[in-house]
Amino acid sequence: MANAAEAFAALADPTRRVIFERLAARPMAVGRLAERLPVSRPAVSQHLKVLKDAGLVADRQEGTQRVYRIDPRGIEAMRTYLDRFWDRSLAAFKAAAEEEGE
Amino acid sequence: MIAPVRKEVLVEASVERCFEVFTAGIDRWWPREHHIGKSPLVREVLEPRLGGRWYGVSADGEECDVGKVLVWEPPRRLVLAWQITKDWQYHPDFVTEIEVLFTAEGPRRTRVELEHRNLERYGDAAPAFKKQIDAPGGWGRILESFARTAAG
Repeated sequence: MANAAEAFAALADPTRRVIFERLAARPMAVGRLAERLPVSRPAVSQHLKVLKDAGLVADRQEGTQRVYRIDPRGIEAMRTYLDRFWDRSLAAFKAAAEEEGE
Repeated sequence: MIAPVRKEVLVEASVERCFEVFTAGIDRWWPREHHIGKSPLVREVLEPRLGGRWYGVSADGEECDVGKVLVWEPPRRLVLAWQITKDWQYHPDFVTEIEVLFTAEGPRRTRVELEHRNLERYGDAAPAFKKQIDAPGGWGRILESFARTAAG
C-alpha cells in the first residue's frame, strides 16, 4: 500500500486534483477524462499512473476501455489526511501549551 | 489491517498543563479549517470529564459533534472517540479511537504521544466516499488543504 507522503504529493498537482475529483463523481475512461481537460491524453494517462501508484485510484478493463475510479477502499486517502492533520494540530498544540509562563 | 497514525511531540511545559491545554483548552489550538459544519468554526469544545462531549460550534450557532471522551485519566492518559465517517458526517455508531499519553520528562518538559487507530473501519463505508467528495466542505476543501500544505 502506498504511503501517506506519496498520496499527498500526488494530490499537490492541480491537474491531478481535478482528475481525482472528477473520478470521485463517476468512474471514467482515459479518453473521456482527456476530452474535458486542457491537457493531452498521454498527459492524462501519466497523471492517472501517479494517482494509481499513490493508491488513490484503481482501474479496470471494460471491453476495449480501461476505466478509472477512486480506489473504493479509500482508506489510504483518509489515513493520509489524518496523518497530515495530526502533524499540524500537534504543532499548534505544542505552541499553545508553551505560550506564556505557567 | 491499516497502521494507526502515530505522532509524538516534546512540549516545554508541565504534564498537568499539557493535559489541560489539550482537553479544556482545545479551542486554543484546534485548526479552524477542520470543521464539518456549514458555516465557519468559532469554537471547539471538549467537555473535560469522562463521557464528555467533543464538538465544534459554527458561526450560525450549529453544534457539530466530533466524538466523546472514552478514558479520562488526568494528567497522563486520555482516549477520545473520533466519530466522523468517511462522508464527513458525525455518526454515533462509528468510532475510531485517539489515545494520547502525557509523560513528564522534567518539571517543565512533557512527551506527548498520540495514536489514532481503528482506521480500517473507514474501509467499511465505501459508498459514502463519493458523497463526501461532493459535499460542501468535503473533499474539495480537504484537497485544497492537502495541496497548500504539500506545496508549502
